[in-house]
Amino acid sequence: MAGGRQAGMDDRRRTRPAAHELARYEALFAARTRGMKSSAMREMMALTERPDVISLAGGLPDTSTFAPELYAKLMAQVAAESTARALQYGPTEGMAATVDCIVEVMAQEGTLVDPSEVIVTTGGQQVIDLVCKTLIDPGDVIVAEAPTYPGAVPTFSAYQADVEQIEIDGDGMPIDALESTLDRLHEQGRRPKFIYTIPNFQNPGGVTMSLARRRRLVEVARERELLVLEDNPYGLLRYDGEALPTLYSLDAEAAGRGGSSDLVIYLGTFSKILSPGLRLGWAVAPRPVLEKLNLGKQGADLCSSPVTQMFVAAYFSERDAHGGAGWIDYVQRLRDLYRERRDVMFEALAEHFGEHASWTHPQGGLFIWATLDPRIDTTDLLALARKNEGVAFVPGRAAYVDGRSGASSMRLNFAGVPEAEIREGIRRIGRAMREQLGLLGSLTGAGGPTPGQDHAETGGSEGGAPAEQQPSAADGSAHLADVVALPPACPPLRGVPFRVRRDEAPSARRRRDR
Amino acid sequence: MTAGRRVAVLKGGRSLERAVSLRSGAQVQEGLQRLGHEVIALDAGERLVPELLEASPDAAFIAMHGREGEDGTVQGLLEAIGLPYTGSGPAACMRCTDKLLAKYLMREAGIPTPGFHALREASIKELGAAAALAPIEADLGFPLVVKPARGGSALGVKFARSSEELPGAMVGAFSYDSTIVLERYVGGRDLAVSVLDAPAAGERAAALPVVEAVPREEGFYDYESRYEIGMTTFVCPAELPPETTARAQELALDVHELLGCHGVARVDLMLEQGSGELWVLETNVVPGMTETSLLPQAADAAGIGFEELVERILASAWTR
Repeated sequence: MAGGRQAGMDDRRRTRPAAHELARYEALFAARTRGMKSSAMREMMALTERPDVISLAGGLPDTSTFAPELYAKLMAQVAAESTARALQYGPTEGMAATVDCIVEVMAQEGTLVDPSEVIVTTGGQQVIDLVCKTLIDPGDVIVAEAPTYPGAVPTFSAYQADVEQIEIDGDGMPIDALESTLDRLHEQGRRPKFIYTIPNFQNPGGVTMSLARRRRLVEVARERELLVLEDNPYGLLRYDGEALPTLYSLDAEAAGRGGSSDLVIYLGTFSKILSPGLRLGWAVAPRPVLEKLNLGKQGADLCSSPVTQMFVAAYFSERDAHGGAGWIDYVQRLRDLYRERRDVMFEALAEHFGEHASWTHPQGGLFIWATLDPRIDTTDLLALARKNEGVAFVPGRAAYVDGRSGASSMRLNFAGVPEAEIREGIRRIGRAMREQLGLLGSLTGAGGPTPGQDHAETGGSEGGAPAEQQPSAADGSAHLADVVALPPACPPLRGVPFRVRRDEAPSARRRRDR
Repeated sequence: MTAGRRVAVLKGGRSLERAVSLRSGAQVQEGLQRLGHEVIALDAGERLVPELLEASPDAAFIAMHGREGEDGTVQGLLEAIGLPYTGSGPAACMRCTDKLLAKYLMREAGIPTPGFHALREASIKELGAAAALAPIEADLGFPLVVKPARGGSALGVKFARSSEELPGAMVGAFSYDSTIVLERYVGGRDLAVSVLDAPAAGERAAALPVVEAVPREEGFYDYESRYEIGMTTFVCPAELPPETTARAQELALDVHELLGCHGVARVDLMLEQGSGELWVLETNVVPGMTETSLLPQAADAAGIGFEELVERILASAWTR
């Protein structure tokens, strides 16, 4: 384009602020934006979203399993039967037909709810946002698990919550540790606004809260009149063992008021049992909270998409070949698929991580949490693995609000990845890990594994039954971080702080703006 | 003088600083368009060279940070296809991007840079270099800084407060480069001096006003804050005694010349607490051009608006 004509376009262009004007923007930004950080780690992870990278980093279900013909048929049905309604705004609380589906899903987990206490949301993520919007003033306390759902971390930060994280073990959040934290807070005159927990197949830990702890958590909440946000996206994706009652149903039982809980806000979603692309989730909440969530949602997006809500309603009326509910049949197929993939990942971990790491043994969900030698920072390992191996995972630090803990752990997704890629991805991560261990061994004079040599080749592991090969995460006796099985060549450096805390690391200031 | 050119803005790439680079590139594009140039925006990927050959611009404006954009790779390619480009040539890029080489050169030239030692990954495995750690620790003391020799992301920069922390810090830094620098930690004030070549060839380059980066909250001054408004306060010109300002600017000009930089460079320094000594840490050959970047701020303080800055950097493509 010619220079002369460019001037005309300039008038419509946002002109760039001169540097000295930047201070003006700074003054305009809300204080909470200071908690909204893009992080170097997240930027690095964005770089892994390339076709040539095997990514075990996603939080994805496998949507390729949904029959295209069915999708086409249902969309056509919505279009043919309800064009005007589908294209119109809907009620903020959600469409009645969709709420009926939600009641059905929750009943499948043995949880009975009153449809009038349900609000349909734009994904489960919106529930976290709306609950914070409703309950959190800057500086208010949220108690969460450690590690916690990485996607909740930026939300908590954006509302300037003060997050207390309770280290989980193989049985989920230890309630005695929760009580100590609550006591300590009480002494400081502080009361958490809510306790955030993912009781089933926790993201990212993969562990499930035991029944005893569920009961005790509900008791504690009732004794102290505290709200609990129960995040349950994966409850129906159980591959082994018996289903456990939801906190919501346990509290409803304790409350004895006709099936409704008065302290648990329940978060559910269609993302993992149907499709995350629909962006449909829900909350079930005590009525006063529900009203505020509704007002908050009006301000946020008025209503969730009627198109996808009607899709869900149409989908739930589908029958399978035997006349049963089609959606349940689909969930069963997902379970079978994900169980196999999980087992493949167990085998691959036994073969390629072997005794150099420990990992959880989830009975459901999408993720395995693996913990390596405490001197390895998985953020750095990701940089190495991305560069040399073309493989990605979520570094453990993403699951901690301080961005520093969990440095030696990683979250691995098995559900959304084909078996061959799981095997290859774990093999590659294992190779990068052994390279770092080898270097550590050389630096400390302790020897170490030979880099680039697969563990299996050394005869150390035959990839047998995974349950026997790694520390049981089900006994509940050890912290996730404690079940690290160090290679004999790399003795644990007990008491050696591995990560330098940022405030004690003066040269964090060394590197600066480009 | 250069109005109405066709300029390819090279941005993005695969380095860890891709996101920043995209933002720098976007700012530069807007500046160039307002100046009346025709802009061809290229996200550096597998087809960069074919795309450049096809577009056949008058010059390339390099807004790629980190590996490939700053280490001489792209500069060498542009020379190979005979396309004028902004900023330093391949040799200067290599000298600046390799912090180790830059530090050796500065030490030889008598420019103050914090004491350091280097280690290569291979030497640890093959030459028993681990045994050199004790003398290195004794020489540099703790805390010490461990960083990859190349690569600009803060992710690889580690700190060790003790011998026990050192192996982990080193393995972390080795994840980003096969050579690492162990450097004496200098505590004090964080300064940056940008150097801009004179519009006409032959005249001496000018040092822009000194910028000081002051962390808003101690402990939050890290990678994120360097790119986000509101996390760090930049003071420009930095409030310094006139002789300190003059010395910092003189050092920056010396480094610019020593390393053979062309067009523009940003030299990072520390003003050591207590001694009041200035120490040169490193030089960036493709300084950031984002809203919060130091170079545009320094230029602004010198009365050079963003467009004039872009125009002057662009002019460096033809004054090599």
